[in-house]
Amino acid sequence: MPAPIRLRELIRTIRTARTQAEEREMIQKECAAIRSSFREEDNTYRCRNVAKLLYMHMLGYPAHFGQLECLKLIASQKFTDKRIGYLGAMLLLDERQDVHLLMTNCIKNDLNHSTQYVQGLALCTLGCMGSSEMCRDLAGEVEKLLKTSNSYLRKKAALCAVHVIRKVPELMEMFLPATKNLLSEKNHGVLHTSVVLLTEMCERSPDMLAHFRKLVPQLVRILKNLIMSGYSPEHDVSGISDPFLQVRILRLLRILGKSDDDSSEAMNDILAQVATNTETSKNVGNAILYETVLTIMDIKSESGLRVLAINILGRFLLNNDKNIRYVALTSLLKTVQTDHNAVQRHRSTIVDCLKDLDVSIKRRAMELSFALVNGNNIRGMMKELLYFLDSCDPEFKADCASGVFLAAEKYGTDSLTSLHVTAVLSCVLAGSYVRDDSVPNLIQLITNSVEMHAYTVQRLYKALLDDISQQPLVQVASWCIGEYGDLLVSGQCEEEEPIQDEVLDVLEGLLVSNLSTPVTRGYALTAIMKLSTRFSSVNRIKKVVSIYGSSIDVELQQRAVEYNALFKKYDHMRPALLERMPIMEKTATNGPTEIVQTNGETEPSAVEPKHPPPVTQPANQVRTPYSGSYSEQDSSAVTTQFSHDIITFPPSVFQTFQLQLLSPSSNVVPALNQGTVTQVIRVLNPQKQQLRMRIKLTYTHKGSPVQDLAEVNNFPPQSWQ
Amino acid sequence: MIRFILIQNRAGKTRLAKWYMQFDDDEKQKLIEEVHAVVTVRDAKHTNFVEVWDQLVSYALSVLFPQFRNFKIIYRRYAGLYFCICVDVTDNNLAYLEGIHNFVEVLNEYFHNVCELDLVFNFYKVYTVVDEMFLAGEIRETSQTKVLKQLLMLQSLE
Repeated sequence: MPAPIRLRELIRTIRTARTQAEEREMIQKECAAIRSSFREEDNTYRCRNVAKLLYMHMLGYPAHFGQLECLKLIASQKFTDKRIGYLGAMLLLDERQDVHLLMTNCIKNDLNHSTQYVQGLALCTLGCMGSSEMCRDLAGEVEKLLKTSNSYLRKKAALCAVHVIRKVPELMEMFLPATKNLLSEKNHGVLHTSVVLLTEMCERSPDMLAHFRKLVPQLVRILKNLIMSGYSPEHDVSGISDPFLQVRILRLLRILGKSDDDSSEAMNDILAQVATNTETSKNVGNAILYETVLTIMDIKSESGLRVLAINILGRFLLNNDKNIRYVALTSLLKTVQTDHNAVQRHRSTIVDCLKDLDVSIKRRAMELSFALVNGNNIRGMMKELLYFLDSCDPEFKADCASGVFLAAEKYGTDSLTSLHVTAVLSCVLAGSYVRDDSVPNLIQLITNSVEMHAYTVQRLYKALLDDISQQPLVQVASWCIGEYGDLLVSGQCEEEEPIQDEVLDVLEGLLVSNLSTPVTRGYALTAIMKLSTRFSSVNRIKKVVSIYGSSIDVELQQRAVEYNALFKKYDHMRPALLERMPIMEKTATNGPTEIVQTNGETEPSAVEPKHPPPVTQPANQVRTPYSGSYSEQDSSAVTTQFSHDIITFPPSVFQTFQLQLLSPSSNVVPALNQGTVTQVIRVLNPQKQQLRMRIKLTYTHKGSPVQDLAEVNNFPPQSWQ
Repeated sequence: MIRFILIQNRAGKTRLAKWYMQFDDDEKQKLIEEVHAVVTVRDAKHTNFVEVWDQLVSYALSVLFPQFRNFKIIYRRYAGLYFCICVDVTDNNLAYLEGIHNFVEVLNEYFHNVCELDLVFNFYKVYTVVDEMFLAGEIRETSQTKVLKQLLMLQSLE
């Protein structure tokens, strides 16, 4: 059998292949040759063959038949053989094959070998792919090597120990004695790996954490030496001595100082020193600063230090390097909850980042902007965010839209209503995602902003012309057209004015389209009906309505029949009924109910506020002012049905109060003043607004219904102050 | 900790793949393809970090490998090669970026102005360099002089 070709030859040959098929053919041929060579148990060329096999494996071809050969190579005495053997083991074997257990004995022998390089190889392999069983068997050896004086081996042993701990956490105690003098090493490499080992131990076990807290002064000293010492050519990177070690020490300090006051105090000085002395012109310095900032945020640092950290992040945001901006935005996102005010100072820079080119920076800037919106800056922020919503990628539109909507809801006030409406309109026009229950909210908003009606209906009409697939948009649009259709065709349009027939075409199109849900169709039908009082083409509307009188959809059919009746029998009532909606007050019983023209008669449903209201005042017991007037002579009892409506004053402030209505004690008021009915209402009044209540009582007395209205203004001041 | 290190060229050929975590062979192949897909479409205006929930492309990664939600990829492009390191989300991005650069500088010194062909023909030596600088998913030795000294010693044993 001729000598197998050398590795170089093989690589060169494979690279000359011009097609995938040619390459595969070459490889198959070579594999066959290798397999027969393995069968012959040829020691001299085994190394070469396995190397070739590994190359083919790297190209993506299967190479399992070489696993046993790797083991044989490991067992050989030659260093080159061992090297390729271990490499093959790391590439081809893993925990799931049983073969790897055979390696254990070999590794054990090699760990005790006389040459440090062989020991190093063995440690390396164990550290990369040792399974739990192997780790358990060999932990003792690793621990022994951890104590040796050879720094080359000590480094490897330390990281190997990290791997062992990750696989078998119970063995952690075994390495404890060896860690005693690890930090007193001079060798940076050993120091580095020891810090990693300590970090791993502290992360895994709180006992170790407590045990190692006493090392904090030592770590601080090492860090100080690193910063203060002069130029050290070996570990220097762009003028900073051993930045990797600095970063790792900072990380360990972070873990040790978390939720521990004494350690945090010991670290304060050094953290401030690192933060101010590190050069920021290169990426290296910024890496260290970043780690410092993370540490300051996590431990119990004093507020001056925290402000320093946030200022560093602010400086990062102005950096040209986008990596650093990205990193700063990520950290600010984490700290914005706790250090809100400090982050506010950098708001303008953050908003500028919305215009960045990188997608991930934009996303983080957007989230941060939403977190920073408050009552003071909402006007400016909203402008920027709306601009962003218009120009951003589709994958952002959903989140941005819902964010803008939430912000507008939370902080929009009456004076900003037009802004509010524009904001919300933009969201809806963005189309992709609006919450389902936002449709009634939006409708209410539009109703209340009287001066915006014309503009609103124009924009929505235009949007409807483009696209009728987004249901929330279509619903809101058709409602608006129904209400304000006269404004649409009256000449107030800035652009081309649609004529009545066009508008009706659009609405009819909605009715027949496959994209419309039944709810949308209901909206469209009602809108058409309302237009009968605003437009002049009544006959056409009558025709449409009568067609749907025989629709399969029950809801549509019912509506159509009722509207038909309206045309025929109650035509005199039609204008009054289809009048424009009045301004609606935001009632407490908010929820996904359809906005129906009501007089405020709502059932006292138990409205659960989002958080249970802190009972800051004792629950108000309401007595009807008429408790004295039911002295009827007959003894029939009065069955009452209480229905309240609590309206906020002034009505334009939304949701100043939150209510919790509990059920009344009974729904029968006994006659002859023999008893009372009480109903407890819990009011959450965070803004200390004056409490007034309007009550409407509907009850049946002697079988006939009676209605009574009352207002309660005389709540004692201490109940709402 | 580091989960894996990959060196790929623009065409998608793997020049080095070092795994510090268990994956099946087909999972490894899938990962290599996905990483390549994510990394090659990015240009100078993108950051050097890919976190899974940012990109729609890497969404595929997170669906195939649910544990990938806790990882991120830090990569850097040198000529026609992409050096990618996959780390935990909590790790320091900038420090690993420096780590990649450190590694590339060592390669450059060792192979005397390294080019892609060097990595192809001497792949086992590249693995040795990796093992000298990284171990068990952590950075082991950061001093370039020391690493080069060791490598020369090892070479003399051959």
